[in-house]
Amino acid sequence: MGNVESLSYFVPELILTVAILIVLFADMFGMERGGFDLPGGAALLGSILALISHVWLYSQPATMLFEGMIAHDMFSAFFRGFFLLCTVVVTLMTMYSMEVIHLKKGEFYSILLSICIGMCLVASAQNLIMIYLALELMSLGSYILAGFSRRIGRSEEASLKFVLYGGVSTGVMLFGLSLLYGLTGSTDFSAIQQVLISSEKGIDLTAFTIFLLILVGVGYKIAAVPFHFWAPDVYEGSPTPITAFLSVASKGTGFALLIRLFYSTLLTRSPAGGFWVEVGDIDIDWTFHLAVISALTMTIGNLGAISQNNLKRLLAYSGIAHAGYLLMGVCLLTDVGLQAVIFYLVVYLFTNLAAFLVVIIMVDTQDEEGMNGVRGLWARTPIVAVAMTICLFSLIGLPPTAGFVGKYYLFVALLQGKLYWLAIVGVLNTVVSLYYYARIVKAMFFEPTYTEEPIRVHPVYAGLLTALVVPVLYFGIFWDSLARYARYCASLITY
Amino acid sequence: MLLTLITFIPLIGAALLLCVPRSMEGAHKWFAFGVSLVPLILCIPLMIVFPYGEPGFHCAALVSWIPSFGIDYRIGIDGISFVLIILTTILTTISIAASFESIKEKEKEFYFFLLLLETGMLGTFIALDMFLFFVFWELMLVPMYFIIGVWGHGERIYASIKFFLYTAFGSALMLLVIFYLYFEAANQLGASPSFHFENFVALTLDPGIQKWLFVGFVLAFLIKMPLFPFHTWLPYAHTEAPTAGSVLLAGILLKSGVYGFLRFCIPIFPQAVIAFSPVLMTLAIIGVIYGAMVAMVQRDVKRLVAYSSVSHMGMLLAGILAWNLQGIEGGIIQMVNHGLSTGALFLIVGMIYDRRHTREVSEFGGLSKVMPVYATFFMIFMLSSIGLPGLNGFVGEFLILLGLMGHSIFWTILAATGVILGAAYMLWLYQRMMFGEVKVEANRELKDLNRREFHILLPIAIFCFLIGVFPYPLQKTLEPAAKQIVEYIQPHLTAEPWLASIPLPNENTSPSINNESNHE
Repeated sequence: MGNVESLSYFVPELILTVAILIVLFADMFGMERGGFDLPGGAALLGSILALISHVWLYSQPATMLFEGMIAHDMFSAFFRGFFLLCTVVVTLMTMYSMEVIHLKKGEFYSILLSICIGMCLVASAQNLIMIYLALELMSLGSYILAGFSRRIGRSEEASLKFVLYGGVSTGVMLFGLSLLYGLTGSTDFSAIQQVLISSEKGIDLTAFTIFLLILVGVGYKIAAVPFHFWAPDVYEGSPTPITAFLSVASKGTGFALLIRLFYSTLLTRSPAGGFWVEVGDIDIDWTFHLAVISALTMTIGNLGAISQNNLKRLLAYSGIAHAGYLLMGVCLLTDVGLQAVIFYLVVYLFTNLAAFLVVIIMVDTQDEEGMNGVRGLWARTPIVAVAMTICLFSLIGLPPTAGFVGKYYLFVALLQGKLYWLAIVGVLNTVVSLYYYARIVKAMFFEPTYTEEPIRVHPVYAGLLTALVVPVLYFGIFWDSLARYARYCASLITY
Repeated sequence: MLLTLITFIPLIGAALLLCVPRSMEGAHKWFAFGVSLVPLILCIPLMIVFPYGEPGFHCAALVSWIPSFGIDYRIGIDGISFVLIILTTILTTISIAASFESIKEKEKEFYFFLLLLETGMLGTFIALDMFLFFVFWELMLVPMYFIIGVWGHGERIYASIKFFLYTAFGSALMLLVIFYLYFEAANQLGASPSFHFENFVALTLDPGIQKWLFVGFVLAFLIKMPLFPFHTWLPYAHTEAPTAGSVLLAGILLKSGVYGFLRFCIPIFPQAVIAFSPVLMTLAIIGVIYGAMVAMVQRDVKRLVAYSSVSHMGMLLAGILAWNLQGIEGGIIQMVNHGLSTGALFLIVGMIYDRRHTREVSEFGGLSKVMPVYATFFMIFMLSSIGLPGLNGFVGEFLILLGLMGHSIFWTILAATGVILGAAYMLWLYQRMMFGEVKVEANRELKDLNRREFHILLPIAIFCFLIGVFPYPLQKTLEPAAKQIVEYIQPHLTAEPWLASIPLPNENTSPSINNESNHE
């Protein structure tokens, strides 16, 4: 499709772009002093409008946009919705968070929205250059936001660590991409596939090197073992709304990247349907390698979380573990696995954002993000304690919460793919995770609090928390609609 | 419809309870009590409708829940679940009534969790869809975790976490096996897969794989039961839980383990059950004797009763593993008996704890002079737990030992030792607490049971006598279900050489026995 026609598929991104300009403009007049946070309002409005406008995309058949640079398919539509929803929530969190209140909000929102555009592009790119540019757009923004609390040492540290790790791993990944280009002579996904299909034997080693090098970049984004070391420090140091954003949207981007890049270059959809196979004569044991990473990721994530006392660090390790669970679905290379991943991502979005919102409330009201802050929380603010409990149970995967259904789909996919050992590792990990999640529940309900003083939760936060927790419960009982949505969205464009 | 009402009214009541303002002190307990009465009363029409003596599932209902995955709201009851439902409604009402004075903090939440727990327990007994069953099974876990952790005593936090981890570990593995079976069912039976448990029963599973599946599946039930050596969570959970929690744990939650074993494990994995039954039998008998011995040396009354549960549950499982009608029937009857008598013993312990705030046996002595009514009830339940003829415990134990006798004399002797030990620790306990002189001054002032407590214990005592003297209705209700289990297992019995030499009571199943009778 030509450039002009393609614009109609690009409405969400265009709205975001306009919103960025308005935010900067509003910030220039310093209207946020005192009263209403005008840049925040503009950013919120922009992202909500973009979210609404993306709904139209679901009704359109898959097609190539901008001369084949970008694809429109259900997969990209899903991820746009995912990132936009995440942005809406994080914008709301930021608007009322005490942590970032004294900082330049205008810059903050405009960077946030730019990151969102970058993420949307990662999920839909069809060209090596495009996907790398989009990735850098989001990464650079994230580095800045992680260090946004400039005067706080650990925020600086977080940003620096983030940059160093990020720079190295994306560099390695870029090397992988260039090898891929050298092998095939093209940056376009469909052309790459064409070349690989008709390629001679004996490129296994090259293909495997490409796979490994790209995996470094992707593994860094999703915080998979052994590229996970940055996550706890960065999560702890960043302003909490950003941590929430990183833990959900950034991880989502990693998965979008992983699936988009691998499933449409080195893998191809099998003519039999229902699963992907390696192109041409390349023979890498994909499932096995990814499965090992998945098993390691969840095990190390869960074991690391056990001894954490800082909630943000704990959630960082739990996020690593969840990346492992999600990889279980990716490594199968089947439709069912992909659907399970999409389903789980939606559940993870609601659950994790709600959990981080509770942390934000803790930090705002008592400047405490350790276990001490939640001790005896039940007596002080029952609603928040109950909401947090539901989230934690959902992260464990207990019925009747959505997390259970998400795990259910992942395990179903694994058993269908006959990857029994990974299923057993996954289940045992769930039990390990039970321990540290239950520790928080225990602290909230069973342990005495140091002060009986009730916590007053901002009404916006209370509303947002409810809006995030209700779906967690609702999808735990009636998940048919979400399952159908996931099934609908699990389709990539084919050539 | 009736079953659905019985199951979900506590849930609705729990939701409504949250709307009762906190300022209305004392209203919460009465509200919860009222709510719990509704399912109890609804059991009366259920008892009228239920077709006694007919095999199969009754009062069934089927509503599609998640059509795309073949998950249904499929319910139905047979004799076993029927009896357990009635037991659950009775014990829940009683434990709510028993908490009126002992729970003084966060009343609203306490009764909320109790009602939630009731829905979980009832749902577990009515579900015929494996997925639905699992949801209810897990639903039992969370309220009990909070009940122990918030309102428990002493080491409550450790106890609650331990309980949570143990049971969740078991059920996680069970879930995997359920999924595996689901796919096997889809492969073998074709068409639309579903979680209907009879689909799983119809599967032909390779014996090798079956063993692995069985191990994954049964662990959840063995932990819940609990079978030695998976019992270590039990003494903590039972001892530290508030009275209502202990009553429901001992009365219902442990039974749900046995129930799951009977309802699902035996029909789905008959060959594996047979293959593992020597192991299970050994563990069960070790549990009988070990539980009794450990109970004997306890200084804490509640801990003693908790360990007696380990012993009794082992006995109960041994009865089922005898694989004949008497043994299985005895096992099921013993489920009811144990629920009544151990539940009542926990109530008794709770009542003295409310007065003295200690459970040390050495703190008591000569109570029968101070509290005669209390002592009488204690005696009834103690004797019922021992299995005195005329009381309910006897019927169950007699049938179990009879069934075991038909299976193997060796195990019977060992199991009977457990009965003797049981009498020993119970009588000794009673002697130390009730007879002799009043040693501790504080005990002289103790008040006897008040009207509320009296009326809590009275119905249980009546049931103990009724079942003891006239067990026929109970047995009649259970018989078709027990026969069904025997039918599931008998075709596979002869396949195992170690069992072939044992004379089976049901003659036409074993060819070797037929040959012998021909000679005669």
